Amino acid sequence: MQWEIVIGLEVHAQLSTRSKIFSGASTAYGAAPNTQACVIDLALPGVLPVLNKGAVERAIKLGLAVGAKINSPSIFARKNYFYPDLPKGYQISQFELPVVQGGSIRIQVNGIEKEIRLTRAHLEEDAGKSLHEDFHGMSGIDLNRAGTPLLEIVSEPDMRSSTEAVTYAKTLHSLVRWIGICDGNMQEGSFRCDANVSVRPLGSEKLGTRCEIKNLNSFRFLEKAIDFEARRQIEIIEEGGTIRQETRLYDANKDETRTMRTKEDANDYRYFPDPDLLPLEIPSMWIDQLKATLPELPEARRSRYISEFGLSAYDAGVLTSTRELADYFESTVKQLPAQAKLCANWIMGEISGQLNKEGIEITDCPVASIQLAALIARISDGTISGKAAKIVFESLWQGELNQDVDAIIETKGLKQISDGGAIEKLVDEVLAANAQQVADYRNGKEKAFNSLIGQIMKATQGKANPAHVNAILKKKLGG
Amino acid sequence: MFNASLKQLSDQLAEKKISSTELTTEFLKRIKQLNSEYNAFITVNEEMSLDQARSADQMIAAGQASALTGIPIAQKDIFCAKGWLTTCGSKMLSNFVSPYDAGVIERFNQVGAINIGKTNMDEFAMGSSNETSYYGLVKNPWDLSAVPGGSSGGAASAVAARLAPGATGTDTGGSIRQPAALCGISGIKPTYGLVSRYGMIAFASSLDQGGPMARSAEDLALMLNVMVGFDPRDSTSLQRKVEDYARDLQKPLSGLRIGLPKEYFAEGMSKDVECAIEKALDEYRKLGAETVEISLPNASLSIPVYYVLAPAEASSNLSRFDGVRYGHRAKSYSDLGDMYRKSRAEGFGPEVKRRILIGTYVLSHGYYDAYYIKAQKLRRLIAQDFTQAYQQCDIIMGPTTPTVAFNLGEKSGDPIQMYLSDIYTSAANLTGLPAMSIPVGFGNKNRPVGLHIIGNYFMEAQMLNVAHQYQQVTDWHLKSPV
Repeated sequence: MQWEIVIGLEVHAQLSTRSKIFSGASTAYGAAPNTQACVIDLALPGVLPVLNKGAVERAIKLGLAVGAKINSPSIFARKNYFYPDLPKGYQISQFELPVVQGGSIRIQVNGIEKEIRLTRAHLEEDAGKSLHEDFHGMSGIDLNRAGTPLLEIVSEPDMRSSTEAVTYAKTLHSLVRWIGICDGNMQEGSFRCDANVSVRPLGSEKLGTRCEIKNLNSFRFLEKAIDFEARRQIEIIEEGGTIRQETRLYDANKDETRTMRTKEDANDYRYFPDPDLLPLEIPSMWIDQLKATLPELPEARRSRYISEFGLSAYDAGVLTSTRELADYFESTVKQLPAQAKLCANWIMGEISGQLNKEGIEITDCPVASIQLAALIARISDGTISGKAAKIVFESLWQGELNQDVDAIIETKGLKQISDGGAIEKLVDEVLAANAQQVADYRNGKEKAFNSLIGQIMKATQGKANPAHVNAILKKKLGG
Repeated sequence: MFNASLKQLSDQLAEKKISSTELTTEFLKRIKQLNSEYNAFITVNEEMSLDQARSADQMIAAGQASALTGIPIAQKDIFCAKGWLTTCGSKMLSNFVSPYDAGVIERFNQVGAINIGKTNMDEFAMGSSNETSYYGLVKNPWDLSAVPGGSSGGAASAVAARLAPGATGTDTGGSIRQPAALCGISGIKPTYGLVSRYGMIAFASSLDQGGPMARSAEDLALMLNVMVGFDPRDSTSLQRKVEDYARDLQKPLSGLRIGLPKEYFAEGMSKDVECAIEKALDEYRKLGAETVEISLPNASLSIPVYYVLAPAEASSNLSRFDGVRYGHRAKSYSDLGDMYRKSRAEGFGPEVKRRILIGTYVLSHGYYDAYYIKAQKLRRLIAQDFTQAYQQCDIIMGPTTPTVAFNLGEKSGDPIQMYLSDIYTSAANLTGLPAMSIPVGFGNKNRPVGLHIIGNYFMEAQMLNVAHQYQQVTDWHLKSPV
């Protein structure tokens, strides 16, 4: 039997506010335990939450970016359960009427575009951390993270493979960074995925029983966890078993998922509207203001790059993978509007290659877009060859000669000989010295032509403009 | 001195006839002498109170005094006060010294009022007799065999017994007004949102409201002037223009339309209470007011609605008391679940547990719609009743409680009977309306009767005017049990 995998993702994106969602404490990562937990985060008797406006703004921005409905009023609800790193004994989250409802994200898998629908995105606070090591048999609690603002972005079960799921997660990851609502740092837990996975016979309309895999903090783990889980479910069903709805954890070391809790021991969270927080009214004026601050979105840029610069869909996709890369491309191409394809090739080739090699981001690229543009200009006006350009680029990267492209070309003697007279003289000399090859060519030996080009290039140490050499040689031999 | 009103003490301080240090010392002495009789205070800290008194004297000397500067105020032990044991009447918090001040405490500190001690209360404000306190029951100064009411029983007892000229209370279903009535003093629960809930340990967040308790309406006005104010740390706090709640005290009452809900003047109210209330209403007619019969058809649902919503919120609000970060933790336990169970089983008393159970039940999957949602709908209907009633009248009056103070132990075994003592008061919490109680005479066994005055939203100044005018022509509020 052929099986279809059905995947929905819940992504917890940590919002990039400086203070927490319901208190004024800092959200900075990595401080000494409990130094960033104020009386509100500690849930002392009598303290009350006050909503951080910046968190709401970020949620609205996401809603606008995915074409969702912004609910007004939106309601905060308490999710009640006991755990030591949950100081109030409830998490303030949203249940009915989340800030963001609906919307969709388009992904490209193998050149095919697919729309993934979003169910909702709601605001909530993060819990603290339980530390189970180094406390002589006791557990430690660090509440620095308690109250950190999260946007939980829930998709519909619209993905059909781990590749689609990873692509969706990457597209969303890029989007939240693009619109500046989340730093996307997965090591620090700023972007975490839970995957709901089920399988069903191909062609079936009915969804299978799903399992939720919690806390996948890398795209690789997301992919492997889904693949493992789908295989596990298919095996069980093929052996005549049934899937039990449960929450599972992915163990990266063993590359497997295992039961965390079953539906039977799931909590009854007793959601109810938080009486400490009034319904959140979001006037349309506020939404309009935020809309005006949104940058051009990746999808819009992608299609503009195709229509305006004639780039391929693939190139446009790569260049818009992050806002910083797209900005770099645009500021390069702005200076060379006619050379968009060349700019794209250089950024996707030399620049990206070098960045990857050194493990740095485009924002830390030692070659500024203006310098790259100067270099590309010298290629396109014929001053240097593509081969020489790589030498210039290397020199720019190393920061030599004040990163002055022309000075580098000059100093390194990389200029092409494009002077027709000079080349003609050289061609004559080479022809005179290679009478045999000239004769061979004229007798139909095409190969002899390349050999003559080689001789000429050698004589100029590769500096002659090959296009010119080619044309002149053809003229002379044809004559 | 102890019989002087807060206003009179304020004048004496201003005229430098007495210093705050002297006044505070005298009250501390009196508390030391008499508290064992009433058990009105859980914590008294002479040093901290006297420190404040000395600062107040400096403020007075520097000409920075306002009405409450140097005045001793008894603080309900539900308000977190920095450096003070803050127990909420519970074993759970019997070791909790607050590291911060509640919004209300801050406002009293800013004007130089003295925290004269933390008053006893029903555990987590859950009770109507002050018998659920971990710190023991409180006695009614009018009759030591009677309850003082609750949950602000310590506050009411302290003011009635002249252990403090004024006290703070909190009112979730009647916890200011019912004890005020039973102890023969005055108390007001302002419109929901006027007094900051920050640092006021939550029982039922959508119903809780702090307010003053004192002997007269005039004293309440002075205290309200300090207690009311926007607090950005409380999202339900209202941002409004500052008012002087004493501004209308002297207004004549001619033309005032007093609404009398027929549902309140019916079966349930005892004869002695009815008699005192009728006399008070006669007094109002003499003052130029007219009375009109009104109807609050859904008011009878207040108690059932209240006992769904308040426990629902409480069950969640009290989850933070888990023994992990502060408060009581069981001495020995086998694992995390055991630690939670034992700490909470030991830390909470039976009434608190009962309400956590009720609240957990009504919020549970499958019951939520039938209880919580239904109760919220009825809550809106009750509010509509009042909106309609206020088209026919300016203010509503009735009894604060169906009977005078009952005996200690009389109802503690019967929660339903206990809950019914809030039958007239809880509607004001469900609707958020301001409501007060003033003493209007005595009933059976010479125990005080309270007149319940419910105003329209933000009409506190009018209510205080109505109460003050009555107190200008009667002397019930001046009667002393001691």
